[in-house]
Amino acid sequence: MTATARETVLSRVRDALALSPGPETVVPRAYRTGRRLPDTERLALFVDRLVDYRTQVHTCTASETAAVVAEVLHAHGARKIGVPPGLDPAWLAAYDGTVLTDSADIPAPQLDLLDGVVTASTVSCAETGTIFLDAAAPDQGRRALTLVPDLHLCVIDLSSVQTGVPEAVARLRPTHPLTLISGPSATSDIELERVEGVHGPRTLEVVIRTDA
Amino acid sequence: MNSPADRAPNSTFVGMPTVPPRSPYGAGNLRGERAFPKAAHDELANEQLRRNLGRATHSIRAKRLAVTGELPDWEQLRDAGSAIKTDTMNRLPELLEQLERKVIEHGGTVHWARDGIEANEIVTRLVKGTGSDEVLKVKSMATQEIGLNEYLESQGITAYETDLAELIVQLAHDRPSHILVPAIHRNRDEIRDIFLQEIPGVDPGLDAVPAQLAAAARAYLREKFMTAKVAVSGANFGIAETGTLSVVESEGNGRMCLTVPETLITVMGIEKVLPRFQDLEVFLQLLPRSSTGERMNPYTSLWTGVTPGDGPQDFHLVLLDNGRTAALADAIGRAALNCIRCSACLNVCPVYERTGGHAYGSTYPGPIGAVLTPQLAGMHGAKDDPNSSLPYASSLCGACFDACPVKIDIPSLLVELRHQHTEQSGTTAEKLAMKAAATVMQRPKLFTAAQKAAGLGRLLAGRDGTISHLPPPFRGWSDSRDTPAPPRQSFRSWFASAEGAEAMRAAAAEGVRHPDDGIQETP
Repeated sequence: MTATARETVLSRVRDALALSPGPETVVPRAYRTGRRLPDTERLALFVDRLVDYRTQVHTCTASETAAVVAEVLHAHGARKIGVPPGLDPAWLAAYDGTVLTDSADIPAPQLDLLDGVVTASTVSCAETGTIFLDAAAPDQGRRALTLVPDLHLCVIDLSSVQTGVPEAVARLRPTHPLTLISGPSATSDIELERVEGVHGPRTLEVVIRTDA
Repeated sequence: MNSPADRAPNSTFVGMPTVPPRSPYGAGNLRGERAFPKAAHDELANEQLRRNLGRATHSIRAKRLAVTGELPDWEQLRDAGSAIKTDTMNRLPELLEQLERKVIEHGGTVHWARDGIEANEIVTRLVKGTGSDEVLKVKSMATQEIGLNEYLESQGITAYETDLAELIVQLAHDRPSHILVPAIHRNRDEIRDIFLQEIPGVDPGLDAVPAQLAAAARAYLREKFMTAKVAVSGANFGIAETGTLSVVESEGNGRMCLTVPETLITVMGIEKVLPRFQDLEVFLQLLPRSSTGERMNPYTSLWTGVTPGDGPQDFHLVLLDNGRTAALADAIGRAALNCIRCSACLNVCPVYERTGGHAYGSTYPGPIGAVLTPQLAGMHGAKDDPNSSLPYASSLCGACFDACPVKIDIPSLLVELRHQHTEQSGTTAEKLAMKAAATVMQRPKLFTAAQKAAGLGRLLAGRDGTISHLPPPFRGWSDSRDTPAPPRQSFRSWFASAEGAEAMRAAAAEGVRHPDDGIQETP
């Protein structure tokens, strides 16, 4: 009987390790973990990093959310937006355009007709300016929703912003579909000149709620 | 599949281990057609290429230094990254089995491929099974390595590259020249011409402005993203603990491919597995900073099997060997498998900077490519195997080792490969010369005499103090560079002279007067 590819590859790996056993290794984790920064410092760091990626940042209190969201959408002329089914409807109370609630059976090309999308987020990392979206969370929506429209407005509670990458990764649910966003879609493939927006949203707007 | 090497003993056989085979000769893109010096000679004549490369490598280098310098624990992250990879290699069988189990648990299917030929056949069978005759591709080193696009084409399936640079390379019927920025050898005017010629219905008034060119690519690919049924990706990491796979990118083409099509096929080298989800906290810091010099790349996607109602409902993971186990069996060379394909070593390499990626003839160019390529595909596939020239495609300056986020000692690996090459290639002029040098250096008297004789080299030198033509076997060296004439006096004889002693005394006194000169505090 001939061996399957699986058996062959695994036996080759075992042979290789028998022929040249590697050094016994303990992973040193002396890098920084468990960092905590006061709200003002974390906010300042996060905003600095977001702006560096040419993300547009707005800060407000939780009670001002609806006004700021409406203002940002208006500024972009967004008349028709999509939202995940679990998004807090109060955030859109001041928006006068059309709101489409997403569901799994809406085909991607239809999302292409939207002017933008509004979502929440799961956690963020201040040091790298990264926003983590969990597609299994009802207020963040499936992955296509935050990908196809050209404008993504993300509402972030400051309390969910972690200092560094280890602190943020520790808060994820690993088996959910996760998307890490650091600024808008970008490319530097032509003579290393940065161009915003190739295939993902070309505009990323972030609203940070400082008391939430 | 048909080669005898694949009929290896099965996993239950307990006996003498055998050395696993390398990637098969003549398949895929792990071997160029010409030896490095010949290919490099032609590439060096391309001034445009050198200008583009010079600008690109310098700019990425500066950015990388700035963002790695920002992290006070950068060295600790490198230590952790290096140890995690070493630990991974030691535990590869159990980790691969765990990864397989977890992917299946979450609704995915796992396939194993002994070599590139087998991987190509698996992908083709899966694509044909969907009834589609086209696939979208996310930039992937592994599928480039195995020549998947060409194979699919031979089977009547069209593969569309969706990364902007890969698209440029594909439309130009060219090959990538850099791991990270594959079209770095092209400038905007060339790219405009390629687009005008190759993209159907493109605006004839297209300007050679990067933003306009990117917009043209967006418009061209948007329809494909919305209608394609199948996508093929690589993977930056595969997490054994959870079965989670990851693609790190910038443009969103990765997100499109991983999200919109019904079927997703991911081809991953077996060395890309990581033990724990937590390990991402290390590599998500090391990779973007080393690669593009960014604190984080714009987009990273993580997915585990299939998620009902979100993304592809049919997910296949192809685990690829293709010479990786042969590299693993080499006590020294296995360190090259730790590579996370960040390209930091390319950007600091003085040789790469001048020759560009094509001269290496492999999917993996630059310093790490010079190590990894012979490891995966061997150096003696044929007489004058181009791969046997790769270990010499380095000045051994050590910049690549300093830049490597997982601390791969590339210069030492190159020296080891040179040793293996000379051991295997029998008596050559270089080997005799090196043997003579070793004999002389072991005997102080002979060494002193040889140094005196080397002073005679000054007679060979012209007025500018350089030697432009050396006799064989050193002609290969002097053909592409001038050799400084040996000094009038050896260091040892100068040190022993009155002049030397005086200079040393003066230097010592100077050092006492300015104890801190030239010493910079490092944070």
